Order: sequence, then structure tokens, then C-alpha cells
Amino acid sequence: MSPSYQDLLAAAREVIPEVEPSDVAPKVEAGDGPLIIDVRETAEWDQGHLPGAVHIPRGFLESRVGNVTSGTDQELLISCASGQRSLLAAKTLSDMGYSNVTNLAGGFARWKQNNYPVEVPRILSPAQRSRYSRHVLIPEVGEEGQLKLLDSKALLIGAGGLGSPAAYYLAAAGVGTIGLVDDDVVDESNLQRQIIHTTDRVGVNKGESAKEAIRALNPEVQVNVHPFRVNRDNVLDLLEQYDVVVDGADNFPTRYLLADASLMTRTPLVHASILRFEGHASVFTPYDGPCYRCLFPEPPPPDLAPSCGEAGVLGVLCGVMGNIQATEAIKVLLDIGDTLSGRLLIYDALGMTFTELKVRRDPDCPSCGPNADLQLRDYEAWCAGVGSHDPVGAGA
Amino acid sequence: MSTVKIPPVLRQAAGGERTVDVSGATVGEVLTNLCDQHPAVGAQILTPDGELHKYVNVYVNDEDARLLQWTDTPVGDGDTLMILPAMAGGAR
Ligand SMILES: [Zn+2]
Repeated sequence: MSPSYQDLLAAAREVIPEVEPSDVAPKVEAGDGPLIIDVRETAEWDQGHLPGAVHIPRGFLESRVGNVTSGTDQELLISCASGQRSLLAAKTLSDMGYSNVTNLAGGFARWKQNNYPVEVPRILSPAQRSRYSRHVLIPEVGEEGQLKLLDSKALLIGAGGLGSPAAYYLAAAGVGTIGLVDDDVVDESNLQRQIIHTTDRVGVNKGESAKEAIRALNPEVQVNVHPFRVNRDNVLDLLEQYDVVVDGADNFPTRYLLADASLMTRTPLVHASILRFEGHASVFTPYDGPCYRCLFPEPPPPDLAPSCGEAGVLGVLCGVMGNIQATEAIKVLLDIGDTLSGRLLIYDALGMTFTELKVRRDPDCPSCGPNADLQLRDYEAWCAGVGSHDPVGAGA
Repeated sequence: MSTVKIPPVLRQAAGGERTVDVSGATVGEVLTNLCDQHPAVGAQILTPDGELHKYVNVYVNDEDARLLQWTDTPVGDGDTLMILPAMAGGAR
């Protein structure tokens, strides 16, 4: 005769130890308990669950358990609503070779009755679910990823050619907090490429102007305007408030200062620069990939550093490169895909070619190498030609 | 002959060319010959002592020359050198 449901539960109890909520609550509250796998359906999970638990609906248990566990000897605690589904789930895991599996007796119901702490997962509001529906549909983003973006903070250096498209798309994507550092005001000659600004905002601070555009696009985004220039005194304080920095600066002192400061605060740096028809882009992941100065150890002397003002730039090039930065920033924030870390992407709009160069960590790097003398240097003076050839930038 | 790709900042100094064919057995020789052909390029990428400025990198066939043998890296027919200066443009 085939086993009944009760037979299956009894057989599972033979091999799976059960623990009472009181047995594990102190450890769970201290954060050093076993890995808790909650096997209920999504609607049940959304109502609340044990702190730190991971959610795998029973139907996906076998296929997904490997993604959340480090090995078959890891200590696992399985939970459901009343302790029955989880008992059978635990038995299945035991059959799969997991040797250290226990079942939460009485499940989430008994846990809650005993007034142990409960975590209620955040979910998107109906309005957010609608606004970000095309993100939620992508498996790599999903609701969880969208919530992560909403919690994220991106700092944009410059609300100009690169910052305009980057800020616009990051705001549309629902990056919850966007910081804009720019001490400049909108000029008529900016509007050929700086699409976040408008003709009637000529003369307005670029950060304030961009804030207005972002408010109209996505009022949910918190915009912090920092209407000053990045310098040695404010850079660390700024970076510490954000999860990623998007470098769209128009000058070498700021770029080199950011490169060094982002190593100090360990903030991922999304780089792009543009000139005429050509753009560079990369991602510098502190101490995990190369840094800016692994690629270009020292800034050029002032007479050899033409700015866009002098050299010109194709307006639409800014859109391509700024959006590559926005793309990379989102990937960094969500920790998905392969970023440009370790690669320099060169876009030639005239030839319509994308070239990729390998960038490696330089063991002699003056900023991130093992013998580097990392400090916030006075690159303003350096680039102005004051002591430009003394070894200040050469490091140890 | 190696092919040297000229970055946009140096194009005017190189007579408007996007690529220049240059002879030389090493990266250093190619750069010296390039700067002989186009002295305005030399004025931008070389220090007064004739060394490459540290804001300029050179790639040989998509690999960083500093991680090969830098200016001693051998090059020949069919090799491509890319002169890669840092660019600052972004905001204004
Ligand atoms: Zn480095």
C-alpha cells in the first residue's frame, strides 16, 4: 500500500530532528543561527518571516537550494507555516545529501505566537510596481532588485555632458537618492548636449536645474544638490554618503582626486570621458580591479590638457557615454553581470567602432599598488604647473 | 612598419591622420620615428627629457605596453600601436 500523508510525515520525522522556536530564537536574534530556508508561497512570505531567512517556495527547493547554501554540510533550519511542509522539504534535502538539516516545529505560526521577532519583507507599492514593471519583469532585476535600486545612492560628479543623461536615466530607473555635484550654471552653449537642462533654466545652477527635471520625471527620487567643486576637504565626506560615484568631471584635478579618494572610501567609480567624436569608459573597483592611476599614473601638464570647451564634443556622444555610465552604475548597485572593471571601452563615433583594451592592476601603481603612498594630493596645483615635475604624483 | 593609431587630441598634431605607418623595431623606436615625422606630436607626449609623459599610455595590439617591456617591447609588420592619453572631458 502506498504511504499516506501521515506516513510520509512520520518517515520524515525519523530522520529530521525538530527544534522548538525557543531552541533557536537566541541564536537567530543574535544573527549566528543556522541558515533558515522558508519554503512557503510568496503571499505567505510577504506577510512576514523569521529574521534573516531566505525564501525558496517548496516547488523550487531542489533547483534553487544550491544557490543559497555553501555546501551539503551547512547547518540548515527549514520553516513553513505549521512545520509540516518544511518537514517534507527537510527530508528532501536530506535525500539530496544535506547532512545537517533541522525542521522548525510548529513553523512560523508557533514562532509568532511566542512573540519572537518577525521580519516583514518590503514590497513595491502598486504605483511602484506599475512604474518599474519593465524592470520587475527582468529576472536579474525583479522586485528585489528594484527595491535595492530604490535604496541605493549614486553620486554624480558633474551635471553636464555625461551627468545629464546618466542622472536622467538613473532617476528614471528609480535609484532612490541621486547626488549632483556641480558649481556651474547652465549656459546656452551647454544645451547642444546637456539634455537634462532647458532653455528657460539658462543661468540656474546645473544641480538645481537637473533636480527640477528629475522631479518632473520621477518625484520619488531624492535629489541632493551639492553646488560646489569637489576638493580635498569635501571629497571623502561626499563619497561616504553614496554607494557608487559616476565621474563626469571636466578636469584632471577632479578626476585624479576622485580616483584616490574612491580608493580610500572603497567606493566603486564609474568612469567616462569624452572628446570630439571619442569616448572612454571603465569601472574602477577599489582594490579588486585596476584604478584610474593604474591606467594613467599622472595627470598631464596644463598646456597639454585640452577641455571640451577648447576641443569641442559631438553632442550625442555624451548620450552614449553617459548612458554607458548609468548602465554600469546600475550593474554595480545590483551586483549583476560583468562590469567594465579591468577593461577600457573606447567608442569612436566617427568610425562607429567600439574597441576594448585590457586594463590590469599595476604593481607599481602610485595609488593602489602595495607600496603606494595613498593620500589626497593637491592636483589643482599640480595641473596648474606648480611643481608639476617633482615626484609628488609618482608615489612611493 | 607598424600602424600607430592617433587619438583625437593628437590628430591635429599628426596632420589630421587617424593612423600613421611608422618603422621601428621597438615601441620606443616607433614613437621616436613618429615624433620625427610629426614634431608637434612629440611636443605633446614627450617630456623635455624625451621620456613619455605619465598621462600617456601605449597599447600594443590591445595589450598595455607597460606590462610587456614598455618602450623596449619589440614590434614589427602588422602590429598596431595605440597611443592613449588620459582624457578629462565630461561636464562643461
Ligand atoms: Zn591603481
